[in-house]
Amino acid sequence: MSQESSLNTKSSAIRTEEMVLNMGPQHPSTHGVLRLELALEGEIITNVIPHIGYLHRCFEKHCEAMTYPQIVPYTDRMDYLAPMGNEFGYAIAMEKLLGIQVPERVDYIRVIMAELQRISSHLVALGTYGADIGAFTPFLYCFRDREKILSLFEMTCGARLLYNYIWVGGLSHDLHPDFVRKTREFIKEFRPNLKEVNDLLSHNRIFIDRTANVGILPVDTAINYGVSGPNLRGSGIKWDVRKEDPYSVYHKFDYDIPVGEGKYGTVGDSWDRYYVRVLEMEESCKIVEQALDQLPEGDVQSAIPKRIKPPIGHVYSRVENPRGDLGYFIISDGSTSPYRVKVRAPSFVSMQIMNELCKGYMVADVVTILGSIDIVLGEIDR
Amino acid sequence: MMYDFLVDLFGNSALANIIAGTIQSLLPLFVFILPFALFAVYLERKVSAHMQDRLGPMRTGWHGWKQTIADILKLIQKEDIVAKDNDRLLFNLAPIIVFAGSYAAFAAIPFTSIFIGTEVDLGIFYIIAVTGIVVAGILMAGWASNNKYSLLGSMRSVAQIISYEIPTILVALSLVMISGSMNLHTLSEQQTGYAWNWYIFGGPGSELSKFLLIPSMLVGFLIIYISTLAEVNRTPFDIPEAESELVSGYHTEYSGMKFAMFFLAEYANMFAVSAIVVALFLGGYQSPIGYLGDLIGAKWMIPIEQFSWFTIKGVFFVFVQMWLRWTLPRLRVDQLMAVSWKYLIPIAFVNLIIIGLITLL
Repeated sequence: MSQESSLNTKSSAIRTEEMVLNMGPQHPSTHGVLRLELALEGEIITNVIPHIGYLHRCFEKHCEAMTYPQIVPYTDRMDYLAPMGNEFGYAIAMEKLLGIQVPERVDYIRVIMAELQRISSHLVALGTYGADIGAFTPFLYCFRDREKILSLFEMTCGARLLYNYIWVGGLSHDLHPDFVRKTREFIKEFRPNLKEVNDLLSHNRIFIDRTANVGILPVDTAINYGVSGPNLRGSGIKWDVRKEDPYSVYHKFDYDIPVGEGKYGTVGDSWDRYYVRVLEMEESCKIVEQALDQLPEGDVQSAIPKRIKPPIGHVYSRVENPRGDLGYFIISDGSTSPYRVKVRAPSFVSMQIMNELCKGYMVADVVTILGSIDIVLGEIDR
Repeated sequence: MMYDFLVDLFGNSALANIIAGTIQSLLPLFVFILPFALFAVYLERKVSAHMQDRLGPMRTGWHGWKQTIADILKLIQKEDIVAKDNDRLLFNLAPIIVFAGSYAAFAAIPFTSIFIGTEVDLGIFYIIAVTGIVVAGILMAGWASNNKYSLLGSMRSVAQIISYEIPTILVALSLVMISGSMNLHTLSEQQTGYAWNWYIFGGPGSELSKFLLIPSMLVGFLIIYISTLAEVNRTPFDIPEAESELVSGYHTEYSGMKFAMFFLAEYANMFAVSAIVVALFLGGYQSPIGYLGDLIGAKWMIPIEQFSWFTIKGVFFVFVQMWLRWTLPRLRVDQLMAVSWKYLIPIAFVNLIIIGLITLL
């Protein structure tokens, strides 16, 4: 392997060799099937080369052979921790292309689902991050709360992981009569649980020692690479698609965009990226509460077109997914299948900063940094 | 005592000596270490489960008590894999050495006033030296596995165990200065009476020096407990087997019974270090509240009570180890070294000097 790779080796008076350590694709903390080729000098990283493609499913090419509504379940499988967000982005792009105005109730339910999904996705990010650092207990606390969100989704559409819920022009089902009450109960229970996780993990001295001042992402690097989502906000920039390029009904709610402040270290370190996610969950709770209060009555399926045949043209639309700016570029040739679908996956962009962040740190920090940028391989490989 | 009894039992001859010696040396293994390991694995799973809002094993037997037995049976039946590029001799030898090292430590641990493996006068010295063999075993395992993760894990492990032996030795040395003995049996005997006579409270006696010693002893107790955590590779110092980085460190390549040997050694070690802490600071097998046997005049009950007290204290510290493991994240290699070299060793040194001055009084 070392002959093939383009890793440069240093020479000095005493001949030492760089060790190439192959991390993954079968490794407990590469968050899926990512392979990292690490060049090490002792335990210090000199180079990181990510190898992707172990989960490649030809999503974009596959779309060209399917009709527009058939694509929805496939978008679920990209970022499998946030399928609602993926569907939301696709539905918005298609509605823009078709010129459909959906009923207000649909918009509200979509926002509720997307924000609950953001909480559940961030819970996985938090839990697995704790497990990466060696604290296994917060992982199960986070999953306990995530289960409750999944039960809410199950109640709504019958599925727990891949929902096929947000359709072009509407939703597959209306809300369950108990949904509003149970969601309010969940948020009431969730806030103290979040505090518990904070006490156990976020402000733990060892956790701070491991994550603060590790993997610092400077603002200019983040912008140059096109990083978005919590990773960008961790570097201290208040940038969120929901605010910058508002879609759906997000302009009607009152919420904050938390940014990294460098509380325990430098702005843009792993702890900041982690903590932005914790704060975002609270903001999502606020949005869900407001949306539940204002939830209008109405039909959720009235705007669903019988046969989707958009005019010739193209559309680019983006949403704020839990991992950042998720964009869909769809070209229509006037038939019932798209001519081309291109997805801008936030994880794919975020992963490219690995090499910038890891150089000079230790093997243990690779895990810390990888966990803090929170990638999902299903989205990177598509 | 036990030994003499056995020799008498088999008729006082050379053969009897050999039989008695064998029984004496195997007794802790079969009566204590194996059942303890089974129990500790079960305890670990239950403790972690209840801390994490789960139930843990529930299916095999009442509350899953047969689970570890089933696991051991599974491990025994498993294929013993030795890869082509492994260094066969070292690879096979390593688990034996690791287990032997941690088992040998039990020889000098006094379980009761009448049973101690061997009455070694240099008990503390012997235990610290003999557990050092474990380091060689771990290094052999890492090297022979021919796996980069194993090698990194074993190198970290060796660096860690050696660094943390220093504060352990410094604290043990301060105890030796006070008690004037390295024999753990003698040390335990000195702490007889009530809990107030334990060395954590300055040891027996009621003169001024005892009271002056209390703060230093508490500091020493904390230091030795932290360093023993590191010596048995438990969280927050479980870096050698940090699963999120190194898969499972030096025993990544092991399967079946050889893996079980490492596992057994780990749990035996957990008790061994707790036992040392108990013997040094918490009165060893001595009861904190006096003996029921004394009260009702049944002398034969005392060793049984002592054994129970010793086990309870030891298991309590094993429980604390588990508690910490399922609560704390783990440190990084350099931070781990910093804890030992920058904090524990200087504090232990100052503590040693203070204790030395107090004992001069």
